[in-house]
Amino acid sequence: MYKAAVMGDWDSIYGFAALGLDTFRVEAGAQPEEAADLLKRLSQNKYEVIYITEALAATIPEEIDRYRLMQSPAVILIPGIYGNTGQGLQAVKKSVEQAVGSDIVFGN
Amino acid sequence: MAGSTVIPTRMELTRLKKKLVTARKGHKLLKDKRDELMRQFLIMVRENKELREQVEKGIEDANRGFALARSSMSDESVRVAFMAPKQRVSLDVSYKNIMSVNVPEYSFETRTSDAADMFSYGYAFTSADLDDAVQQLSDIFPKMLRLAETEKSCQLMAAEIEKTRRRVNALEHVMIPQLEADIKFIAMKLDESERSSQIRLMKVKDMMLEDAHHYSEKEEERARELEAQT
Repeated sequence: MYKAAVMGDWDSIYGFAALGLDTFRVEAGAQPEEAADLLKRLSQNKYEVIYITEALAATIPEEIDRYRLMQSPAVILIPGIYGNTGQGLQAVKKSVEQAVGSDIVFGN
Repeated sequence: MAGSTVIPTRMELTRLKKKLVTARKGHKLLKDKRDELMRQFLIMVRENKELREQVEKGIEDANRGFALARSSMSDESVRVAFMAPKQRVSLDVSYKNIMSVNVPEYSFETRTSDAADMFSYGYAFTSADLDDAVQQLSDIFPKMLRLAETEKSCQLMAAEIEKTRRRVNALEHVMIPQLEADIKFIAMKLDESERSSQIRLMKVKDMMLEDAHHYSEKEEERARELEAQT
């Protein structure tokens, strides 16, 4: 059985605990290594889907990129409580650019 | 470019011709694979975009609810409310093969049979906004999972498309022209050596006939006779 995790600052993620997802708290001021380590640990521990707040993901872009090419886990950005930065859509756009060569879906 | 290292022999020519046939076949197959992957990818990525927009909106709405709840409750009581979650989600993953890319499919199960049974707190000390927010989040969760599925699939497929495209281009623009040039080079070389051996044979034949019948001496004699007559 696989699990799903949510990473981010407490205010953005505590609601997911009620749904039964495992929440892992990384506050905004934390060192990037802390988040990277946690992500690595989770990926090795049967967490198949990891939701991570955009704000936290922004501190470890290389790590996030590394998981793009892996079969698992799926690292998915979600907006935190401090608003949507558009980073999540940016990631989709990046896939399109990688595949097609230029952006033909978002068109702007 | 015609291979500085190709050996112009018939055996090499046969080998290269076979290789060219394989390369052409591979090129065609890879091109088909790329086109089909691209078609699937575009369908998937459009869905990805739509889901993402919905999920982001849903989470934002839920977050608004959480913010409202926070404003009327103390930090402490919120923390207590979510300290011991009742519900647990476990995932099941299966893989689907789309044009050689293994894309995941997730399904989830909740620990308690009633998916709506998720409030880990009594209603007495918490704000109603909190209930709404949790409900909203729970409603959006299947979509979030579907989003994870499509987004991961898109990422994997994008990588595969890039790889396939490179292979197609390498075959089309490097390998096939190179093979064609090599084949042409060998064919010309072989033709040339065939011609040269033909000429050599003709020369040798002439020389041998000359030896046997002394044509040129007879020719001279006849010429001299003709002169004497006139």
